[in-house]
Amino acid sequence: MNTPAVLSDQIDAANPTAIIRVENLCKSYYLDGANGKSVELRVLIDINFSITSGEFVAIMGHSGSGKSTLMNVLGCLDSPSSGHYWLGQQDVATLSNDALASVRNRQIGFVFQGFNLLRRMTALDNVAAPLLYAGISRKAARQRAMSLLEQTGLDSFAMHHPNQLSGGQQQRVAISRALVNQPQLILADEPTGNLDTQTSHEIMLLFDRLNRESGITIMIVTHEDDIAACASRLIRLKDGRIIEDAATRHRQNHAMAARQ
Amino acid sequence: MNLLTITSEAVRALQANRLRTLLTMLGMIIGVAAVVLMLSIGQGAQTKINDAIASMGSNLLIVTPGATSAGGLRFGSGSIKTLTMQDAQAIAELSTVTASAPVVSGTAQLNYGANNWSTFLSGVTPDYFSISNWQIQAGEIFTESDLRAGARVTVLGAVSAKNLFGDEDPVGETIRIADRPFTVVGLLAAKGQALDGRDQDDRVLVPLTTAQRQILGNQFPGVVNFMLVQAASADSMEAAQQDITDLLRQRHRLFDGVENDFTVSNLTALASVASSAAKIMSWMLGAIASISLLVGGIGIMNIMLVSVTERTREIGIRMAIGANRRMILTQFLLEAMMICILGALIGILLGMGGAWLVSEIAGIQIVITLGMIILAVSFASIIGIFFGIYPARKASSLKPVEALHHE
Repeated sequence: MNTPAVLSDQIDAANPTAIIRVENLCKSYYLDGANGKSVELRVLIDINFSITSGEFVAIMGHSGSGKSTLMNVLGCLDSPSSGHYWLGQQDVATLSNDALASVRNRQIGFVFQGFNLLRRMTALDNVAAPLLYAGISRKAARQRAMSLLEQTGLDSFAMHHPNQLSGGQQQRVAISRALVNQPQLILADEPTGNLDTQTSHEIMLLFDRLNRESGITIMIVTHEDDIAACASRLIRLKDGRIIEDAATRHRQNHAMAARQ
Repeated sequence: MNLLTITSEAVRALQANRLRTLLTMLGMIIGVAAVVLMLSIGQGAQTKINDAIASMGSNLLIVTPGATSAGGLRFGSGSIKTLTMQDAQAIAELSTVTASAPVVSGTAQLNYGANNWSTFLSGVTPDYFSISNWQIQAGEIFTESDLRAGARVTVLGAVSAKNLFGDEDPVGETIRIADRPFTVVGLLAAKGQALDGRDQDDRVLVPLTTAQRQILGNQFPGVVNFMLVQAASADSMEAAQQDITDLLRQRHRLFDGVENDFTVSNLTALASVASSAAKIMSWMLGAIASISLLVGGIGIMNIMLVSVTERTREIGIRMAIGANRRMILTQFLLEAMMICILGALIGILLGMGGAWLVSEIAGIQIVITLGMIILAVSFASIIGIFFGIYPARKASSLKPVEALHHE
């Protein structure tokens, strides 16, 4: 795919293995205001950053700062109003709906705060579902799903339905599902938001391991400092703009603490 | 994702939500069963009446002798004997007429062994059988030579035969009619009730000449009680009526201004009244059935629309993990189709079972046609499939994030 002239050479040069490049990204919603006029609500304003393959990035901000919207745009669940978003070498804005579905299926694993499991299916079938959409046979899909549930320690719960699982277990099923098509990128929108502290640490350990051992790029939205401390880089949003983008120093320590 | 996998996803989704599946199917079942039941009763009634009409014979005119008056006192029709066998022969030669059958009638006592039975006797010509649509169940009808010879042969109606012979075969046996021996040459197939409720099978038929000379002892030889005339076609009924009138006026030497001494009436007109009454009943039952179908359809629609919230989130999740629009629509279409097909099958069976029960209990004739089944199934399927995929169409055109946050 051709790189448009707007994209400065610096970004390319600085990040030869950039998995995500965002330039002047804006997102607005239009709400019905008084007198039938629509009011523009600017949720994301001129967002620029680039993420290298293998990074572990935390996105922080108060509620309403636009962090979830940013995640949805990065996860191809929502489209930007203006600006550019390159995922790998693809300009996401040029992709058709079907191509976006394929990107969500193969290149991105999304983890939600509310787990978003299909509640009438077993844990195993939930994890296997993305593989079915990728055209893999049910038998092969279930085998692969089972091996992922083993990795996340849930193999004995494979035939349970989501409502028979605890929050932490459900989130691990959701993470297994996100990983099942071997994406290079995991996007997690407050994955520990509905979990207690102990379970949150277990989930964060899982992300830490995936990042270190499998080299998967992870972006995580959180408003908890200790969760953000797991990351190697912190992007802070306020009122739709980036106000801080820096490496963190405490990652190692936190991971060690969590293991104990 | 191939069609097989999508199909099994659809089956799983239906199994996973048994209550919703069942409730949707229930609308389908009730609608289809009601239509099949109602229409089969209506069709049954119509068929019964049509059969009775057909049993009278088609394109039938009846010529009866006219009324006479003497000294200001008017007698009823048939009070003078104006119709003769020669009239019947002349009428048969008209171009608008296929055949004519003169009839003399009366009652007669039948004897066979220890059994006796009083019944309605008709003296007829061989043409009578085809004109009035009689089928022979056993033996044969009598012939022209029997007619010329005034032979003592007889054809029995089913009810008379039953009363004289029980379950025995009457053909070839000899019975006594008005104390004279007659050979039974044929047995008529049963026709059942006529439109006026009279039992058409309680009768005995003998050659016209035999009846005139040997049984009824007619005071005017050659005079008949009435005659049946078959017009060449349904369209020529009126022309035949006119031709017969003109012919008989000429033959009876009636001057202009003199009233007809006979009446030509159209039996088919009576039949068409009965037929249209049956048609109205059939339509009424059809209307009731369509209301059930509509109610069933609304039931399907409600269940489908009520589950929209849950399903919109489901669609959001499926899109988030990589389903494209076509995959989602295919799955929902298959789900709706399976519900409709299964529900329709159950509905058809239930409707047929109900119809059978009605025919057993109430003794009503039931007719089930392919057309009514197709009508019921296609109407319910259109509703079921439309409201099955309409929410899915809407949800799958949303962005995943909108579908996921659907309340």
